[in-house]
Amino acid sequence: MIEIVSATACIACDVCIKVCPTDVFDRGADGIPVIARQSDCQTCFMCEAYCPVDALYVSPVSAPAGPDNPHTDEDAVAGHGLLGGYREMVGWGRGRTSGALKDRNPLLKAVPPLPESRLPAPAPLATTPWNHRSD
Amino acid sequence: MTAAGDVDTHHTDVLVIGGGPAATWAAIAATEAGSRVTLVDKGYCGTSGATAAGGNNLWLIPPGRRRDESLREREAAAGGLTDAEWMARVLSTSWDRIDQLAGWGYPFPVGDDGRQLRISLQGPEYMRRMRRKAHRSGVRILDHHPATALTTDDEGIVNGATGIARQDGARPWRIGAGAVVLATGGTAFLSGSFGTNVDTGDGYLMAAEVGAHLSGMEFCTAYALAPEWGVHTKGRMLQWASFYDEHGRPLPTQLGLAGRKDAQRALVRGQRVFARLDRAPEHIRQIMRDAQPNYFLPLDKAGIDPFVTAYPLRMVYEGSVRGTGGLRLTGSDCATTVPGLFAAGDAATRELITGSISGGGSHNGSWAIASGSFAGRGAAEYSRRRVAGPVVAPHRVGLRPGPRDAPTVDEVVRAAQDHILPPQRSHLKSGDRLTESAAALEKLWRDIADGLARVPARDAYKPRQAIALVAAARWITAASLARTETRGIHRREDLPDVDHRLTHRLLVGGLDAVWTAADSVLPQLISSEAVA
Repeated sequence: MIEIVSATACIACDVCIKVCPTDVFDRGADGIPVIARQSDCQTCFMCEAYCPVDALYVSPVSAPAGPDNPHTDEDAVAGHGLLGGYREMVGWGRGRTSGALKDRNPLLKAVPPLPESRLPAPAPLATTPWNHRSD
Repeated sequence: MTAAGDVDTHHTDVLVIGGGPAATWAAIAATEAGSRVTLVDKGYCGTSGATAAGGNNLWLIPPGRRRDESLREREAAAGGLTDAEWMARVLSTSWDRIDQLAGWGYPFPVGDDGRQLRISLQGPEYMRRMRRKAHRSGVRILDHHPATALTTDDEGIVNGATGIARQDGARPWRIGAGAVVLATGGTAFLSGSFGTNVDTGDGYLMAAEVGAHLSGMEFCTAYALAPEWGVHTKGRMLQWASFYDEHGRPLPTQLGLAGRKDAQRALVRGQRVFARLDRAPEHIRQIMRDAQPNYFLPLDKAGIDPFVTAYPLRMVYEGSVRGTGGLRLTGSDCATTVPGLFAAGDAATRELITGSISGGGSHNGSWAIASGSFAGRGAAEYSRRRVAGPVVAPHRVGLRPGPRDAPTVDEVVRAAQDHILPPQRSHLKSGDRLTESAAALEKLWRDIADGLARVPARDAYKPRQAIALVAAARWITAASLARTETRGIHRREDLPDVDHRLTHRLLVGGLDAVWTAADSVLPQLISSEAVA
C-alpha cells in the first residue's frame, strides 16, 4: 500500500492525484498530496512509475504496514534505495531507455526449468515482508 | 457541456465506458469509423486495470500453418465450448492491430535476427501509448468519471449513461450516445489481485439492468499465486521455482508451470507453501527480470532474492479477469442481447476463444485488442443508424441511499466476498456449498433492495460496486449449480467428471429472479476429435 509521500522530494505537480486509478490522494493545503483513502490503494505501483521525482513509496504489503514498520519509515526506505525503483524498471525519466525495449520475454520460452534445484535443502525462508539487513 | 439542472450533460456518437486496452481499442476503432467518441473511466485511462499494472503476453501467431495449429491446440484444450470463426477473427485482427501499435511507436524489443519480438506488452508503456493514441484520434477522455447506470429510450434501446465526476465535487453527469461500448473489465471481487480493484463487474450489473444476458459465469474461478503479504499475481516466473514447506523441505510438484497447480492444492489443504526460483539457469536471470519487472519489484522491496531465498505464497482470486465469463455476445460486432449496447474485453465472455479454461496470460490480451476493435466499429455503425430518443431516467438499486439501518458498503462487499473468494468456494466447488451460498446471497440481495448506508458524495459509485459484486456472486453461484459436471476451471468435487450432454455454453441473467439456460448457439469446432 501507499505509505510515504516525501514532502522534501515532492514538487506538488498533482500527477499522482490524477493517475491513481483508485483515487487515493487529495491535494493538501500546501500542495503536497495527502494519502486520504489508503484503504482504496491496490498496491499497483502506478503512482511510483509516474512520479517525476521519486517522492512516493508503495510498500509491497497489501495492508497498512503500521507505524513501527520500516516500510513506513522514509529514512529506512530511502536508505535501502527503495525509492524510484519501479520508474527505473519501466525506463521512464530523462536519459532512460524504455523497459519495454529490454523485454526479451520470447527468449524465455526456449529455456526449460532445471530438472533439480541447484541449491541445497532445506531452503532458507523469508517469513516477513522486510528482510533488508540493517547495517 | 450544457447544464441541465445540476447535471452536466453532453452528447456523443459512441460512449465507451472503461479505460483499459479494450476500451482504448474500441474508442480508436470508433474514431476510425468516423464517430465522435467519449471515453469515461472510473480511474485513469492509462493506469486502470489489470493490463496497465501487470502487462500481458499476446496470442499472436503469424498467418499460415502455425496459426491454424495454434487454433486447433486451443480448441482441444478449451473443453469444446469455443467458436472457430471467432478464434480466427481474433488471431487475425490482433495480429494486424499489433502491427499498427508498432507503427505508433511502441518500443518492441528486437531479437537476434533483427526482427521485433512482439508477443509481450509492458503494461505501463502499452497503456500510456494507448491513451496518447486515443487522445490524438480525437477521443474525449474523462478520467475519474465512474458510470453508475445505463440509460435507455422508451423502446429499451441503450442511449447513454449516467455517473459522477469523483474528482470534481462528485458532480453528476449524463452522456447521451448513439451507442455504448462496455469495456469495464471483469470482476475480481476486490481481492486486490494485481491492478484489478477497479474491476468490480460494474458493466455486468449495468447491462443486466437493461436486460443483457451473461455467459460462462461458472468459469469465474481463476486464482493466482502472490507473496503471502501481497497481491502481486505474476505467476509465470514460478515455472522456474521449487516449492517448499514451512521447514524449507522440498514439496514434490510437477516441473514447470504445472507446479503451480500442486502448490495451489497444498494451499487449499491449508499448508504453508514457499517458492524459490532455484531451477532457473544462471544465464536467464537478467532476462527474467527484464521480462517481468513487476514480479521482482515487490520482492526487491521486501529484501528477498527469490533465486536464493524461498518466500511464502498465497492464492489470490482473479475471478472473471483471468476466468472467462462475461456478457453474452450475439454478433460479430460484439453486440450484446440489448440493442445499442456492445461489450469488449473482460466485460464480455471469452468462452468463444478460450472455452472453459483461463484466458489469462495471452488469450485475454489479444481478445481485448480484437473485441475492442470489433465493438468500437460496431457501435460506430449502429450509432449512424440511430436517431436519439428520449432518455428514460433509470431507477436502480443503490443509486440513492437506503434507510437508516441499511447495511454499509463494507458489510455488503465482505458478505459477497465470503461466498466467492475462499478457494473452497470457487477453486473447488460442491453442490452443498453452492446451495448454501445461493440461499445466503438471495437473502443478501433482498437486504440491499432498498439501498445501502449513506456514503460521502465522492464515493457515490461504491454502493453500486458493492451491488455489482452481490449480483455477480449470484450469477456465478447459479451457473455453477447449473453446470452439473467438472469442465476446465469449473471443478465440482461432487461431480468430478465431464458430462458430454453439457458441451454447450450456459447463459445466466436476471436480478430479482436469477435464471440459467443453455445457449442455443452451439460451439463451432473445426476438429471433430475435440468434441470429446
